[in-house]
Amino acid sequence: MDAYLPALGGGLLIGLSAATLLLLNGRIAGISGLVSGVVSGLRRPGERWFADAAFLIGLVLGPPVFAILAGHWPAMRIGAGLPVLALAGLLVGFGTRLGSGCTSGHGVCGLARFSPRSIVAVLVFLATGMLTVALMRVAS
Amino acid sequence: MSGPVRPLAALAAGLLFGLGLSLSGMLDPARVRGFLDVGGAWDPSLVFVLGGAVSVSALGYLVSRRLRRPVLADSFDLPRSRRIDAPLVGGAALFGIGWGLSGFCPGPAVAALSTGAVPVLVFVAAMLVGMVAHDLTRRRAPAAVRP
Repeated sequence: MDAYLPALGGGLLIGLSAATLLLLNGRIAGISGLVSGVVSGLRRPGERWFADAAFLIGLVLGPPVFAILAGHWPAMRIGAGLPVLALAGLLVGFGTRLGSGCTSGHGVCGLARFSPRSIVAVLVFLATGMLTVALMRVAS
Repeated sequence: MSGPVRPLAALAAGLLFGLGLSLSGMLDPARVRGFLDVGGAWDPSLVFVLGGAVSVSALGYLVSRRLRRPVLADSFDLPRSRRIDAPLVGGAALFGIGWGLSGFCPGPAVAALSTGAVPVLVFVAAMLVGMVAHDLTRRRAPAAVRP
């Protein structure tokens, strides 16, 4: 039970963030899309670029502000070594661009809009994620 | 021109997102991999993260459908495509493999940059390389087949 209440509370905050960004700015809170848009728009930053970059700055400020409020940093246990993390990062970067979204864009925002594309994407990345973890458990 | 109002709204929304990730446990790759480990010691707590997030996000979407435009912008910027195609499925499949390998997806990884941890820097740098690699290869492909 201890883990479920913070999980639910955190989820509600994430949903509030997505609703705020949509209702105020008309934007989807999809992190992979925002990151790649900010990177590719670096040369000619427009009005939308500054807003998207501001969202990402707020996102990065989240954990330190949490640490001030809660008195401790959020737990972060990284089991994978650097080569595996590099490979995983490449797959996540390429895959989210090819598939037009990640856990936030397809999950938090797409499922909320009942988007058929997002429902398919979420089912697929949950399936391959679970399969990957299962295979790694069997192999080790 | 809306001045600094729209970026400030985005900054506040980003901060809420980062706080939510921190509180929820999504910043902990071991926990995320525990959630994906359905055949082992499954940790179902992240179901509550997604459930909470999607329900509030859906409320926001329902309200947005009753508005002609967002409060601070001229129009809603929503994806219109409804096609379920190979890039969508293939991209989601690749993303899932990377997510399972590391326990990181883009939101928590970007938020965790504030910890300054080297593994996070390596993951995010590789993620940016993957994104740029996609944009370079996919943008050139249609031009190459044009007669």
